[in-house]
Amino acid sequence: MRQFFIRKNLPILATAAVLVLLFGTFSLLFPNFLSLRVIANLFTNNAHVGVIAVGMTFVILSGGIDLSVGSVLGFTTIFVATLINHEVPPVVAIGLALVVGSAFGAGMGAVIQVYQLPPFLVTLAGMFLARGLAFVVSAQSLEIKHGFYGAVIDFGIPLTEQVTLRATSGIFVAVFLAALCLAHFSRFGRNVYAIGGNASSALLMGLPVARTRIWIYTLSGFCAALGGIVFTFQTQSGNATNGLGLELDAIAAVVIGGTLLSGGVGYVAGTMMGVLIYGTILTAISFHGQLDSSWQRIAIGGLLLVFIVIQRLLTRAPAFGRSN
Amino acid sequence: MSNAPASIVSRLAQSRLIWPLAGLALLLLFNLVFDRAFFDLSTRDGNLYGPIITVLRLAVKVMLLAMGMTLVIATGGVDLSVGSVMAIVGALVAFLAERAQLGFPGLLAVGLAAALIVGLFNGALVAYIGIQPIVATLIMMVLGRGVALSITGGMPVRIEDAGVLFLGRGFIAGVPVQIILVLVVFLLTALACRKTAIGLFVEAVGDNEVASRLSGVNARGIKLLTYIFCAVCAALAALVSIGDVGRVEPDRLGQMLELDAITAVVVGGTVLTGGRFTLTGSLIGALLIQTLTMTLVRQGMPSDVAPVPKALVILAVCLLQSARLRAQLAALFSKSRRAVS
Repeated sequence: MRQFFIRKNLPILATAAVLVLLFGTFSLLFPNFLSLRVIANLFTNNAHVGVIAVGMTFVILSGGIDLSVGSVLGFTTIFVATLINHEVPPVVAIGLALVVGSAFGAGMGAVIQVYQLPPFLVTLAGMFLARGLAFVVSAQSLEIKHGFYGAVIDFGIPLTEQVTLRATSGIFVAVFLAALCLAHFSRFGRNVYAIGGNASSALLMGLPVARTRIWIYTLSGFCAALGGIVFTFQTQSGNATNGLGLELDAIAAVVIGGTLLSGGVGYVAGTMMGVLIYGTILTAISFHGQLDSSWQRIAIGGLLLVFIVIQRLLTRAPAFGRSN
Repeated sequence: MSNAPASIVSRLAQSRLIWPLAGLALLLLFNLVFDRAFFDLSTRDGNLYGPIITVLRLAVKVMLLAMGMTLVIATGGVDLSVGSVMAIVGALVAFLAERAQLGFPGLLAVGLAAALIVGLFNGALVAYIGIQPIVATLIMMVLGRGVALSITGGMPVRIEDAGVLFLGRGFIAGVPVQIILVLVVFLLTALACRKTAIGLFVEAVGDNEVASRLSGVNARGIKLLTYIFCAVCAALAALVSIGDVGRVEPDRLGQMLELDAITAVVVGGTVLTGGRFTLTGSLIGALLIQTLTMTLVRQGMPSDVAPVPKALVILAVCLLQSARLRAQLAALFSKSRRAVS
C-alpha cells in the first residue's frame, strides 16, 4: 500500500482527490447533482474531449505536443457531413475520415521524426492546414440526416428507467480501456514512456524510437478524427469551425490528470479524471444557472495553476518516499 | 564608407533575413506582374489608402505582438497568453470608458497596468517557480479569457473614447497612426536591445541559461522582463485593434493571434529554442504572411482558406532550418553533379 503513495503517484492522487472534492462540494450545493444521470451525462457530453485527450496523453507522455487535434476534429465533422450529403454510406464516410485523420497524424509524426523538428511548430502548421482544408471542403455548416445516425443516437444501454448510457459515451469508455491496455500492457506503451523519459537513452537501448514516435502522432490523429465523429453524433451536423481551441482543453485535461508536459510521467487514468473534472465544472456551471461560461475558464485556469505549481514543487522537493 | 553597399549585401546574404526577405520580394514581384492594382495608392482627405496600406494595417496587431514574442522566444520561452491579454485589456478599457468615464490617459494607464500584472504573473511562474513556458502561459491563456469575459459579462461593448479610436483609425500626416505606432515600438525596442546590453543578455539567457547566470547575468530578471514586455506589446495591440473595430468582443478579441505571432517570429528567422533573435525578421515575417494572404485572396482564394498558405510557410521555414534536409539536398546535388561530370 505504501508503494502506491510514492512521489510518482502523488499528482494522480491529487487529481483523484480534487475530482472527489469537486463532485462532493457540488453535490452538497445543488440538489440532484449526485445522481446517475449527471454521472452518465459527464461521459456523454464530454466524449469528444475525452477521446482526443486520451490520444493527447500518449503524445505528451512521449515529450511532444499536438496542437492540430481541434482542427482535425473540425475537418472530420465537415468531411463526414459532406460525404454523407453526397450519398456516401455513413460507415464508409466514417472509415474514410478515420483513415484521413490517422494519415494526417502519421504525416506530422514523420516530419517531426525525420527532420528532427519541434512538435510544437509542425503540429501548429498541421493545425492551420487542417482548419484551412476544412473550409475548402465546405464553408457552410451541413446537417447530417441519415437513418444510420438516427439509429446510433437512439441506441443506448438503459442503466435505470430514466438513465441510459449513450453510444458516444460507449465510444469514449472503449477508447479509454483500449488506451489503458496500450499504455500499460504493451510494448508500444513502454516505448512511449521510455522516449518521454529520455529519447537518447531509448535510442541507445535499441528501442524503435522513430517508428514509435510516428505511431504516437498517428494515434493522436486517429483519436482526433474519432473525436470528430463523436462530435457529429452529438450535434448531427458538420461545421468547419468546430473544435476551435479544443486542443488546449485536451492539453488542460491531460495536465490536470497529472501527466507532466516534460514527458515520461503520467497515466491514461489520470487523463480520464482530468476530463471528468473538466466536465464536472461545466455541469456545475449549468446547474447554477446564473454563472456564465467565463467562470468555466477561470475555474479550469485556476485548477491548472494549482496543479502545475504542486507538480513543480513535488518534482523539486527531495525524493521522499523513494526509499520505500 | 566606399565599401558600405558591398558589406550590406554580403551581410544580407549571410543573415537569416535573406529567406523571409526573398519570400516577400517574390510576392511583390508576382503582384507587380499579375496584379498591378496591388500597388495602387490613393489619397482621400489627404490620407493614404490602398491594398499595400491595408496589408500594413492588417499586419499591425501581429507585428506588435511579434516584437514581444521575439524577445520571449529568444530567452527560450514562448507566450501563449498574448491573445487573452489583448482580451483582458480590451474588455477593461471598454468597461472603464463606459462606466467610469475615464479619459484616454487614464485608459492607457489602466491597460498598461493590467498588462504589467499579467506579464509579472507569467514571468514569475516561468523564471522564479520554474514552470515550462508553454504551460505557464497556457494557464494565463485560459484564465485570462475567462477574466475578460467576466469583466463585460460576455457582452460586446462599443468604444467611444476619441483617443482609442484615433489610435485605431486616425492618421498623422496622411499615414495611419497604427503604422506609426509599430515603427515607434520597433525603433525603441531595437535601440534598447542593440544599444544597451539588454539584447546581449537576452541572447545569453536563451543560448545557455546556466552559463549566463554563472557569468553574472540576472537570468531570472531578464526572463521576467521579456514576459512583461510581451504583455505590454499585447496591450498596445489590443488598443489598436479595438480602436480600429470600434467595439470589443471579449470572446473573440485576440483569439488565435498568439499562434500568428509565433508564426511571424519563426518565419522571420528566430529559432524556437532561443538564442539569437532578429526583430526586423519578425516584422518581415508578419508582413510576409499578411502579404501572402492578401495576394491569394485577391487572386480569388476564399479568405476562410487562409490558414493553408500559413501552414505551408511554417513547414517550409522549418524544413529550411532542418540540418537533415540540407544534408539530403546537398547529397542530391553532389550526386547529380557527379552524374553530369
